[in-house]
Amino acid sequence: MTKDVRIQVGVADNLQEMALKVPKNDPRPWDGNDQLKYIGGRTTRLDGVAKVTGAAKYTFDMRLPGMLYGKFARSPYPAAVVKSIDYSKALKAPGVKAVLPMQEKLPFSVRFVGQEVAGVAAKTLNQAEEAAKLIEIEYEVKNFTVKLDDAMKENAPLVWDVQVKEEASAGDIPGQENTLPQVGNIRGPNVSARNATKEEIDSLVNASYVTSEGVYRTQVQTHSAMETHGVVAKWDDDKHLTVWASTQSTFRTRKDFAERFELPEANVRVITEHMGGGFGAKFGADTFGVMAAKLSKVTQAPVFFMLDRKEEHWAGGNRPSSLQNVRLGANKEGKLEAIKMLCHGSAGIGTGSGTGNPFKNLYPCEKLYVEESDVFTNAGMGRAFRAPGHPQGIFALEQGMDDLAYQLGLDPLEIRRRNTSHEVRLKEYEIGAKKFGWSQRNPKVAADSGPIKRGVGMANSVWYYFYGTGFPATIQVNSDGSVEIMNGVQDIGTGIRTVLAMIVAEELGLDISEVKVKIGDSDLGAGPASGGSQTTGGITPAVRKAAYLAKQKMREVAAPLFGVSPEQIGFENGRAHVLGDPSTSLGWQQVASRIPGGQFKVVAERKKDYFGNQFQIICGVQFAEVEVDTQTGVVKVKRVVAVHDCGRPMNRLTLESQINGGIIQGVSYALFENRLLDRNTGHMVNPNLEQYKIAGSMDIPEIDSTVIDVFKGHNSTSAMGIGEPATVPTAGAIANAIYHATGARIYDLPMTPDKILAALA
Amino acid sequence: MTKKNQLTKESGLSRRSFLKGVGLTSAGLAVTSGGEIFAEASGDASVKIISPGGATITLEVNGKKHQLKVEPRETLVEVLRDRLHLTGTKIGCDRGACGACTVIVDGKNVTSCLMLAIDAEGKSIETIEGLEKEGELHPVQKSFIEYDALQCGFCTPGMIMSSKNLLDHNPSPNLADVKHAVRGNLCRCGTYPKVFQAVLAASKQNKGE
Repeated sequence: MTKDVRIQVGVADNLQEMALKVPKNDPRPWDGNDQLKYIGGRTTRLDGVAKVTGAAKYTFDMRLPGMLYGKFARSPYPAAVVKSIDYSKALKAPGVKAVLPMQEKLPFSVRFVGQEVAGVAAKTLNQAEEAAKLIEIEYEVKNFTVKLDDAMKENAPLVWDVQVKEEASAGDIPGQENTLPQVGNIRGPNVSARNATKEEIDSLVNASYVTSEGVYRTQVQTHSAMETHGVVAKWDDDKHLTVWASTQSTFRTRKDFAERFELPEANVRVITEHMGGGFGAKFGADTFGVMAAKLSKVTQAPVFFMLDRKEEHWAGGNRPSSLQNVRLGANKEGKLEAIKMLCHGSAGIGTGSGTGNPFKNLYPCEKLYVEESDVFTNAGMGRAFRAPGHPQGIFALEQGMDDLAYQLGLDPLEIRRRNTSHEVRLKEYEIGAKKFGWSQRNPKVAADSGPIKRGVGMANSVWYYFYGTGFPATIQVNSDGSVEIMNGVQDIGTGIRTVLAMIVAEELGLDISEVKVKIGDSDLGAGPASGGSQTTGGITPAVRKAAYLAKQKMREVAAPLFGVSPEQIGFENGRAHVLGDPSTSLGWQQVASRIPGGQFKVVAERKKDYFGNQFQIICGVQFAEVEVDTQTGVVKVKRVVAVHDCGRPMNRLTLESQINGGIIQGVSYALFENRLLDRNTGHMVNPNLEQYKIAGSMDIPEIDSTVIDVFKGHNSTSAMGIGEPATVPTAGAIANAIYHATGARIYDLPMTPDKILAALA
Repeated sequence: MTKKNQLTKESGLSRRSFLKGVGLTSAGLAVTSGGEIFAEASGDASVKIISPGGATITLEVNGKKHQLKVEPRETLVEVLRDRLHLTGTKIGCDRGACGACTVIVDGKNVTSCLMLAIDAEGKSIETIEGLEKEGELHPVQKSFIEYDALQCGFCTPGMIMSSKNLLDHNPSPNLADVKHAVRGNLCRCGTYPKVFQAVLAASKQNKGE
């Protein structure tokens, strides 16, 4: 059963009518002409008060009666075999309740410094820390390799002596799992080719009018969320486990625990009321979660198990490094004719270092050849990190494009225009260039005469629209008029909690203060993982539909009170009235008081979009202005103008915050962050925040962001995500601005003073 | 090669063992066993000797006095969070680098992970939980909500305490003052531009502008 609707779709105010068939029980999709009260406006966070008063409880704040504290004994060796573990001293230490090995069978291998060997539970955290030191572990120490270039050599110590299978996390791009050859420490290559073989692509590049070649390197970046990874695990009985988790996916975490402990998923409850950031590193039960649940089982007490900052840096995940060989060829007009990119990167003992996607998806170039290989090193495992592979790839690709532009004497923005026909992207160029004052830029490179040189640069973002299906959103309306929206999705700081309330208030014509939101609990029905920028696009259509169904119910309740049929009832400003006749109305509560049985619940599920799984690009462009002190090598980012799109924006207030955050993480990645491993010991030499430098208040540029509306009508809300797109272009834009300022190209992240000075020498 | 070892043993001087050492040495030479505090060493009333068993101290937190027995090695943030259940103050790094544990002690910003609880005795301690007065949020708190100066919220209590302390001492800060005031507070969500806006707006509100 479908109905025909006509909606206005398009980019910003360039709208066209589209005819669409939608299921009969679906609301008419919001379109470009809808004037909405909340959606697209600025609503402050529902959990604002809890967060500014300290009342918000994070996993880190959980304190349960009888709770024990867990701690790991970790390997001090980057490669070793654990031969024996002696717990006797640890067991006698004050407060200790249990000690367990990470793996049941001895011997087992450890492959990076900080890998978990055994876990201890004690009455206090201090006691657990002290006891962990008393666990005596006998290691057979092996040769190791922590540097990408060394690990690629033929005689390098082998990190893995078995074939590694890639396991995708909820933060990865769907469908990227693959099986690849593995020789030495190199797994790959994963080949993507478009109309060219490896042999052909070089001659195609060579034959181009203009070429750009470069070897780009990017560093390992740690997620460094302010709340570290961790859980509190508590067995309610032998078969029921409750876990408070700092996670980006309550449901992935539940699934992991259920599988690990052989329980039905419904027997595991995962709660994430508030969580202190994730950025891609927090999915699943993880080692500490499994250990916490095991310790909890043997001690029959709740176990608090959170990493400290050092452990977080060692074992909490990171953005893999990359070494990208790029060759680009373009014709006289600057149109790309051939792209070649070969990359090697290290995700430590893990996989997923590829940077090929931006090369494949940003510009429609007919001839392309991309190879991506993972190089194993004895280092903590890489994980999805805000737009996996993309800031790395864009850093290389967009510097290459810039290089082509300067060689041709073209405006760097103009060369991008000539290589895209994407309506959204072109609109973003127009807005961004105007706001930035791009046309006033000095076309000359290194034009400033003094030691401090100013420069401007730009780069594109590219990301994709993903969503999952099957998520149920439940709305309960009670006879006192209160309305609750429920789903298990977690708010990792993006403000999805507030967006859910906005949608319900919008659909029901209520004030937002009248909508209660219950989220962050796996008992409330499956919700999307907050990874890949898919939370908002994933859950909002189900929420809107649930609200629409609740409205239908309320119409049925109200109709007899007005003596009309349900379709004639409208809800606005907290009141019910007959459509077209606002003169007589009843308050929402008055109508609700007539709900048969005192309450009702409706459930709506996230279905496939109306156009199915259509591949959609999320664009975005950023312009940066830098000052480079050519005497000290210090780079200051003065200003960033960002123009982004994410379908129909839901809450512009929180959206702006997310874009600010993406840019600032990008500045931090571009200039400061670098996980450094000692090649002699395999230890991280900067494992806390006073040595691992991330951008602080003194490093923040002036930021001007714009989000343009894109109305697609692909579902009832047209919402998409912004988390990843906002951080993709920043480092590339800064690198291009440094080139404009100084005439020196920096091929190696982070762009620290030593590298700037070396490039200028 | 076979080695017996364990990572934490090799990690050298940890912040906690350092603090522990300071706590004991500053307390003097002899440590009485079993007794609570405190002999007065060599007639100097300012020097207290505290046994490893702990000392009963009085902490004044948000205007309220709490008497409790603490170990010499316990940091102020541990006592706030685990004894007084004031979990609004967070720990991000446990070594004074991130500012998540910022509280105000006698009018100064203090990273409470670097202060021993025994050293906070006799001082006036303000935490995030103390800013709301008679159900009314502090102007900085209101402004943080209004300008969305928070995302995940984990750094927020520390960020607000630094901002509040700035306004306590400088009611009319400029942008540079605000940046300077929160330079010890790391926010990984990168919400700084709105923190700057929020604090500047709160200062105007304070003055009734």
